[in-house]
Amino acid sequence: MQPFTTHTGMGAPVDRVNVDTDQMVPKQFLKALTREGFGRILFYDWRYLPGEKPNPEFVLNFPRYKGASVLLTRANFGCGSSREHAPWGVKDYGFRVIIAPSYADIFYNNCFKNGILPATLPEDQVDELFKRTEKEEGYSLTVNLPNQTIADKHGLILQFEIAPSRKEVLLKGLDDIGTSLQHGAEITAYEKAHAATATMYEPLDIKYYSNGR
Amino acid sequence: MTPKTLYQKIWDSHVVHESPGQPALIYIDRHLIHEGTSPQAFAGLRAEGRKVRRPDLTFAVMDHSVPTTDRTLPIIDQDAKLQFEALEKNCRESGVRLFDMNSRHQGIVHIIGPELGITQPGQSIVCGDSHTSTHGAFGTLAFGIGTSEVEHVLATQCLVQSRSKTLHIVVHGKRPKGVTAKDIILAIIGKIGIGGGNGHVAEYAGEAIRSLSMDGRMTVCNMTIEGGARAGMIAPDETTFAYLEGRPFVPRGKAFQEAIERWKQLHSDDGAKFDMTVELHAEQVAPQVTWGTNPGMVTSVTERVPDPHSFKDLNDQKATESALKYMGLKPGTPIVDIPVDRVFIGSCTNSRLDDLRAAAHLVAGKHVAKNIKQALIVPGSRGIKAAAEKEGLDKIFREAGFEWRDAGCSMCIGMNADVLPPHERSASTSNRNFEGRQGKDSRTHLVSPVMAAAAAIAGHFVDVRQFDVTSVE
Ligand code: SF4
Repeated sequence: MQPFTTHTGMGAPVDRVNVDTDQMVPKQFLKALTREGFGRILFYDWRYLPGEKPNPEFVLNFPRYKGASVLLTRANFGCGSSREHAPWGVKDYGFRVIIAPSYADIFYNNCFKNGILPATLPEDQVDELFKRTEKEEGYSLTVNLPNQTIADKHGLILQFEIAPSRKEVLLKGLDDIGTSLQHGAEITAYEKAHAATATMYEPLDIKYYSNGR
Repeated sequence: MTPKTLYQKIWDSHVVHESPGQPALIYIDRHLIHEGTSPQAFAGLRAEGRKVRRPDLTFAVMDHSVPTTDRTLPIIDQDAKLQFEALEKNCRESGVRLFDMNSRHQGIVHIIGPELGITQPGQSIVCGDSHTSTHGAFGTLAFGIGTSEVEHVLATQCLVQSRSKTLHIVVHGKRPKGVTAKDIILAIIGKIGIGGGNGHVAEYAGEAIRSLSMDGRMTVCNMTIEGGARAGMIAPDETTFAYLEGRPFVPRGKAFQEAIERWKQLHSDDGAKFDMTVELHAEQVAPQVTWGTNPGMVTSVTERVPDPHSFKDLNDQKATESALKYMGLKPGTPIVDIPVDRVFIGSCTNSRLDDLRAAAHLVAGKHVAKNIKQALIVPGSRGIKAAAEKEGLDKIFREAGFEWRDAGCSMCIGMNADVLPPHERSASTSNRNFEGRQGKDSRTHLVSPVMAAAAAIAGHFVDVRQFDVTSVE
C-alpha cells in the first residue's frame, strides 16, 4: 500500500450528514470483479443526469473544485453497507484525505486498507473549513500526518485525532496480511488449543454443494 | 474476578496475539462469503501467491444478484453471470463449500448461516456484508468487514481488530399485539440515531427481547448496523439451544450437551459495566414506518410526516428537507394517508418462517388492493421456501394476489431484476431506505412484515392493530 506522510491539495465540500456508501457507489456497480475504475462512479446518482451527463448542480461538478484531493464532509460519513467499493471510489477519484466530524466504523476501517486518511475534527472546526473552502476559490490544505495537523496558507492550524496504531499503518504503508502472517505459529497454536470446542458436525449429505445438490 | 460483558468474554477467548497499544489479532471461527464482495479478495490472494488457510471454516453462497424467478432459465444479466462464475471458480480452486443458486440450501447469507447451524453461540463470525450483525442473535460476535479484510481472513483466518466500546440496549416490558421485533429495532434506531452506536458493540436485553423467537432476535440484531453499532448480540438461552438442536452443522449427542454447558456461560455477568446504556419500554412502541432516506427517519404509524423546522439542529433540518423532497412527501401528512405502489416482503431482516406465517395469516382470504402494482414474497432461503410451502403459505399468498418467488436478496438491493421503478413507493420489510437503494429514485418505507401485508391489502399504510393480529409473534 502507498504510504501516507503529508499531502497538500484543494478541498471540496460535500455538505451532507450521514452520507451512506450506497450514495458513493450504487449497487449496479457492485458486480465488478476488480478494484479499478470506481472514481468515475463515485456519488453516481448525485453526479450524473440521465445519459451520464454531469449534473451542474452537484458540487464536485463545479469547475472550481476540479482536481480537489481533500474531501470535506459532515458527521457519520460512510454509513450503511460495508462495500469497500466506496473507498476505492474515493481514492480513484483523487481524494487522499477526508475531513469529517465522525465516520461509520466499517468505512473508517476500509479507508486505512486503501491509503486514505480519514481525519476527524470537531464539528465547529469542520464548519470553519467549509466556510473557507466555499469562500476562497482554490482553497488548499496541507495535511501532515506525523504532526497530525491540517493547515492552510493563512495561518490556520488544526490538530486532528487518530489512533497511534492507525497512524503507523498509513505512515509505513503496511501490508496487514504480511504482518499477520508473521504470527503464523501463534495462529496454529490457537487452532490446536481450541480444536476440541471449535468442532462442527460435518453432515455427510452436504459436501460441495453445486448443481442442485 | 471482575464481572465481564458477553462481548468481553467472546473477545477474550478469541485473542491470538496482542501487544500493548496495538490492535489485537483475533481468530475467526466462521467466514461467510458471497458473490458481491469476494472476487477482489481472491484476486488479491492470487496476486500474492497466498492460499485460503481454512477452507473448512469458509462458506460461500450466491444471494445478492441471483434471479428469484425460474432458475432453470439462462442468466440474462451478463455481469451477474460473471460474478457467479468467479465465485464458483474461486470456491472450486480453494476447496470452499459453495451453496450455488441451484443448491437446496441456497439463501441469503445471513439466513442460511443460522438455518444450517453454521452460526453457533460464542463464535466469531465475519462476512463482507454489514448485516453480518444478524448472527449476534445467537450470542455470537458477528460483524461486517470490507473486501481487504475478507482477503485477510481468507489468508490468515484472523482479523486485526481493536476492542469496541459496549452499548447495553434494554427493552423492558411486553410487546403489545401487532408490535414486532422490527418495530422494536426501528424504534431503537429512531431513538439513538443512525450514528448513535458508532464505535460500539451492542448487547440487547430485557423482557421484550427475551420473549422473542430466534427469528425475531435475528431481526433485531440484523438492523444493529443501522444504528451505527457494528455488532449486536443477545445472550443465548433455552430458545437458542432449542433452535440449534439437530441443525446440519451443529454437533450431536454428547457433544451438543457439552456445547450447551459452555454456551450457558455466555452472558454478561451481574455488575458488568457498559460504556453506554439505552432503555426502551415495549408497551410504548407502536408499529413503525420510515418516512425518510435513512432508517433513523422513522415514526409511529399513528403519526404524521414531520416538519423540517421541528428539528433543532440545522443539519437535521437540511437532511429532513432533502429527504422529504426525495420521498415526495409533504410535512404534516398522516402516515396512513401515504399510498403504496409495491410491497416487498423479504430480505435478511424479515424473510424467515415466522415473518411469512404472520403475513400469510393476515392476508388469508383477502386480496391486495387495486392500486398495488406488485406484491412480492421472497423467502430468505430455499429451506424456508420449502417449509412455507409445506404449510401451504405459498397458496395463501398467491390467492391473495402476491407473487411467490425463489430465495435471494431481491428488491432489498435490486441487484437482480427485482427493482423498484423511479418515484414508486414501496412498503418494504428490508433494512435500508437510502436514496436509490431499491432502484434509482425509488421511495422506500421500512415496515414489519404484517405492516407490509396490511399495506398491500389496504393500498396505503394502515395501523395493523386494526386487523386480527393474534398470530403476530
Ligand atoms: S437481503 Fe439486503 S441487506 Fe440482507 S444481505 Fe441481501 S442485500 Fe444485504
